[in-house]
Amino acid sequence: MSSAAEPTGLPDLGPLKPIPGPSPLGGGLKRAAELLYLIGLTDFKKVYFNTTLGYAWSLARPLMLFGVLLVVFTQVFRIGSEVAHYPVLLLFNIVLFGFFQEATTMAVGSIVSHESVVRKTQFPRLVIPLSTVFTSLLNLGLNLIVAFIFILAFGVSPTWTWLLFPFTLVLLIVITCAVAMIVSALYPRFRDLAIIWAVFSTILFYATPILYPINVVPDTLQQILLLNPLSSLFEEMRRYVIDPSAPSAVEVAGGWLALLPAIAIYIGTCIFAVWIFRREAPTIAEQL
Amino acid sequence: MSTDTTQNEARTGLAQGAVLAEMLERPVVVEARRINKTFRIPLSKVDSLKERITRPTAKTSYRELRALNEISFDIHQGEFFGIVGRNGSGKSSLLKILASIYRPDQGTVRVAGRLAPFIEMGVGFNPELTARDNVVFNGVLMGKSLRSARRGLDEILEFSELTEFADLKLKNYSSGMMVRLAFSVMAQADGDVMLIDEVLAVGDASFAQKCMDVFQEKRAAGKTIILVTHDMSTVQAFCHRAMLIHDGEMKYLGNPEEAALGYYRLNFDPASFTNSLPNSESGLVVARQLNARLIEAKVLDSAGNSLASIEQGQPINLRVKLEAARRLESPKVTINVRQLDGPVIFGFERDLQATVDDGDHITLAGQIDHRLLAGQYVVECWVRSDRNDKVMGLQVMKLAHFDVRGATGAEGLVSVDSDIEAVIRRRSVDE
Repeated sequence: MSSAAEPTGLPDLGPLKPIPGPSPLGGGLKRAAELLYLIGLTDFKKVYFNTTLGYAWSLARPLMLFGVLLVVFTQVFRIGSEVAHYPVLLLFNIVLFGFFQEATTMAVGSIVSHESVVRKTQFPRLVIPLSTVFTSLLNLGLNLIVAFIFILAFGVSPTWTWLLFPFTLVLLIVITCAVAMIVSALYPRFRDLAIIWAVFSTILFYATPILYPINVVPDTLQQILLLNPLSSLFEEMRRYVIDPSAPSAVEVAGGWLALLPAIAIYIGTCIFAVWIFRREAPTIAEQL
Repeated sequence: MSTDTTQNEARTGLAQGAVLAEMLERPVVVEARRINKTFRIPLSKVDSLKERITRPTAKTSYRELRALNEISFDIHQGEFFGIVGRNGSGKSSLLKILASIYRPDQGTVRVAGRLAPFIEMGVGFNPELTARDNVVFNGVLMGKSLRSARRGLDEILEFSELTEFADLKLKNYSSGMMVRLAFSVMAQADGDVMLIDEVLAVGDASFAQKCMDVFQEKRAAGKTIILVTHDMSTVQAFCHRAMLIHDGEMKYLGNPEEAALGYYRLNFDPASFTNSLPNSESGLVVARQLNARLIEAKVLDSAGNSLASIEQGQPINLRVKLEAARRLESPKVTINVRQLDGPVIFGFERDLQATVDDGDHITLAGQIDHRLLAGQYVVECWVRSDRNDKVMGLQVMKLAHFDVRGATGAEGLVSVDSDIEAVIRRRSVDE
C-alpha cells in the first residue's frame, strides 16, 4: 500500500508455484488436517446429536452385541467360563473390532458420498477416508471409557502394561486407515465393493480372536488365524490390558519367524494402500 | 454505479486500450502452458466386478474425447479474464484443471498467491449443521485457514443479515436464506485469484446482478478474477481480456468484444430465428440476452375480459408491463402476432429512443384492430437493444395465446377489404 514503486498498490503475491492438482494431500498438510478435523467432527455430530438418544446409541450397539454373545458363549457353549475375565475381554474386543469395522465400512462409499466437494473444490482426497477413521476414533474413545469402567468393575486391576496399550492401538488405527484408503479408492470403479466388504469384514470378525482367545484354537487353525495381522494385535491388547498371564502373540506362534507372514501382510497392506490411493486420487473426480 | 463506469470505460476504446496495456505490464499470476486433456468415455460402462470376472477378456472400448488441446495463456495481476465457449467446448474442463479438480494429461499451471475456486454456491453445505458451522467449513473448503475462517464468520453472517439465525440448522432455512448465506460466503472470500463459474450467476436476474456487483468490488480491490461464462454481456461489461474456446481449441484471446463476436458467430443458429428479424440489417450479429422481465401481459377483448377466444372482427386490447433487466440504449419493442406454430402475420415496432435504466418500467398499452380469421394465434414481444453496431441483443418472449372464432368460409389468415368485382360477360353479348 505504501510502496511507491507500485502505483496500483497491488500486493506482492510472490513467485509462481505449480498448482497442487488433484492429489491425496494437495494444498498442504495443514489444510488437510483442518479439513480432516472439520469433516470428522461434522460426521460425528451428525450421527450423535441428531438422534434423540444420541451417544447412547453408539454405546448401545456394542453393549447389545456384547450381551447376546456373552449369553451364548458362557451359557450355551461355555468356552467363556474357561477364560479369565471373559465378559470384559469380549466387550473390549467388540469395541475395538467395532472401530475397525465401522471405519472401513463407512470408508467404502465415503468418496462417492462426498462427491460435491470432490468435484467442485480443490480437496485433498486422502482426507475423506481418513475422516471416517477419525469419526470412528472419536466413537472408540467414548466406548473405551465405558469398556474400561467395566474392566475395573469386573475386578481387573490396572497394571503397568496398560501403558503399552496405546502403542498397539496405534497399530490398529494405522491398518484401519490403510484398509479405509484401499476400499474408498477402489469403490468409485468397482461398486460391488460395498457388498464384498460387508461380507469380508464379517468373515474377519470370526477370523480374529474376538469371541475366543487364540490359544484355545486347534494348532493348524491357529496358524491360519495368525496370518491375520489383527489376530496378533488383539492378542497383545488382551495381554496388556486384561490378562497379563495370557501368552503373547510370539509365544502362540512359536517364535518371531512364524509371525513374519502377518507382519508382511500388515506392511504390504499399508504400502498397497498408499500406492493405490496415489494412483487413483488424481482421477477420482472424473470417475464419479 | 460501478457497473456504469465499466461500461463507459469499455465503450471508450482508447481508455480501454490504455488500461489493457498497463494491465499486461503487471506480473503474471496465472500461467498455463500447453494444457492437454483427453477424456476416455467408455462405450459401455463396466462398473461391476462381476462383469470383469465373467468377461475378463472383454476389453472395454473407449471413445476418446479431446477436451483441451494445447491451451496456453497468461493472466496478469488484477485482471478480469473471461473464458467463453459453448457447452462442451472444454471451458469447464479448463476451469476444473485450474481449480485442481482434474489433472491435465500434459501441461502445467502455475499460480502466484492463493487461488479460490467458486464452482458452485454452497458447496459442502450440510443441512444437519448450523449456519455457523457451515460457514466455517465452507471457508476452509474455499482455501482459508481454519483460523481465518472463524475470524471471518461474524462478518459473513452480518453481510448475509442472518446473524440471528446463526445457530439454526441449515435444513430449517428457507431456500432464499440458504442462497443468501452461500452468496455471502463467496462475497467475503479473500483469494488472490478467484476462479468463478457461470453457474453462480444463474437464478433470478437481481441475484445475478448482486453477483456482478461483488465481482466488480473484487476487481476494484485488485483481485484477479477468472470468469467462465457464456453470458457475453458480462464478458463485454467486465472483462479486460477474454479467451474463446471451441472444441478444445483456443480460438481467440484478447479483446472481449471480439471474443464475444466470435462466440456469436459460432453460436448463431439460423433455425432459432425462423422468421427474419424486424429489419434485418446485414452483418449484424444477433445475440439472445435478457433485456427485460415481463411483469404483466394482459390481452383483453373490447369488453375488458381476459382474452382466450374472441369473435372475428373484435379488436384486442393490449396491456404489457416490462421491467428493464439491464441498462438499455434506445431499445426497440416489437409486438408480433403469429399463427400458432406458424408465421408472423403482423407486427409493429415502438422505438423508445431513450436510455432505459435497469429497473425502469416500460409499458405498452392500446388497442389493435385486426382482421384475423378464425384460428389460433400467439402474441409475442421482442425486446432488442443494440450493443454496438455489430451486435444486437435480442429477447423474445411469449405474451398470450388466443383463439378467433368465426364462420366465414374465407381461406387464409386475414380478411381484407377489396373492391374486386366479379363480372360475367357472356359470349352471346359479344356476338
